[in-house]
Amino acid sequence: MTEKEMQAREKVEHKAEGESTRDLPLFIPAVDIYESDDALTLVADMPGVPAENVTIDVRDNQLTIRGSIDLPDTKERLLAQEYEIGDYYRQFALGRTIDQARIEAAIKDGVLTLTLPKADINKPRKITVKTG
Amino acid sequence: MAVIRWYDRPESTPRAGQAMERLQREVNRIFSDFSGRGGSLRAAVFPPINVSEDEENLYIRAELPGIQAADMEVSVEGDALMVRGERKLDKTGEGVNYHRREREGGSFRRIVALPVRIDPEGVSAVCRNGVLSIVLPKAREALPKQITVKSD
Repeated sequence: MTEKEMQAREKVEHKAEGESTRDLPLFIPAVDIYESDDALTLVADMPGVPAENVTIDVRDNQLTIRGSIDLPDTKERLLAQEYEIGDYYRQFALGRTIDQARIEAAIKDGVLTLTLPKADINKPRKITVKTG
Repeated sequence: MAVIRWYDRPESTPRAGQAMERLQREVNRIFSDFSGRGGSLRAAVFPPINVSEDEENLYIRAELPGIQAADMEVSVEGDALMVRGERKLDKTGEGVNYHRREREGGSFRRIVALPVRIDPEGVSAVCRNGVLSIVLPKAREALPKQITVKSD
């Protein structure tokens, strides 16, 4: 099986004005969202963001994830720049199936994983059909 | 056919020159609007890198989210740096439905020509929060030498 080669992707920037309070671009992180019987999982790429700089906000059935980077404090002179650095922000609409109180989040190596457990009534239940 | 020197042409008056410059700027702006913030070099190869320097070191950084240090390899040979590795996405269980899939995994390999001579023995690399930072100390010969000017 040939290994797939990764492609360089340009970061997608939020176009709306006034969303960033820092003097940095604000990017839309790439996410994967998948669903199993028990939960919805959201995985977002936010390189450069440590755990303490992640904010997750859930209100009015809207999930907002925000990650800010620590700006390096250096006197380095830039020779070549192929990617921009900036903060990350993205919003999602949460369905009523999610048990908002039990949402869990973890970030490792710049990848944020959010586990959104489904409320029990929304878990698929097998109904056995009795013969009688 | 008479050959006219470029700067003798009637278009090369200062006013015409400015008009040309303005046109050039407009065209540049259109192109940069298409490619996002203009001016930056867009890499066709993964990973995109940023290169900076100070007096003593060359710094090369790349964003490699979700890649463990064990899955990447950094090596220096002559005046080139190579970064290669593999990004494995987390295995999801059976019976999982994707609603959205924007992240990708796979292998990568990139060779970067170094702009200054470096000391291979002193190269260090750290991967933190998904950002790979490589520090390459400049070779002694490449460091600027102060030459004292003696007055006679």
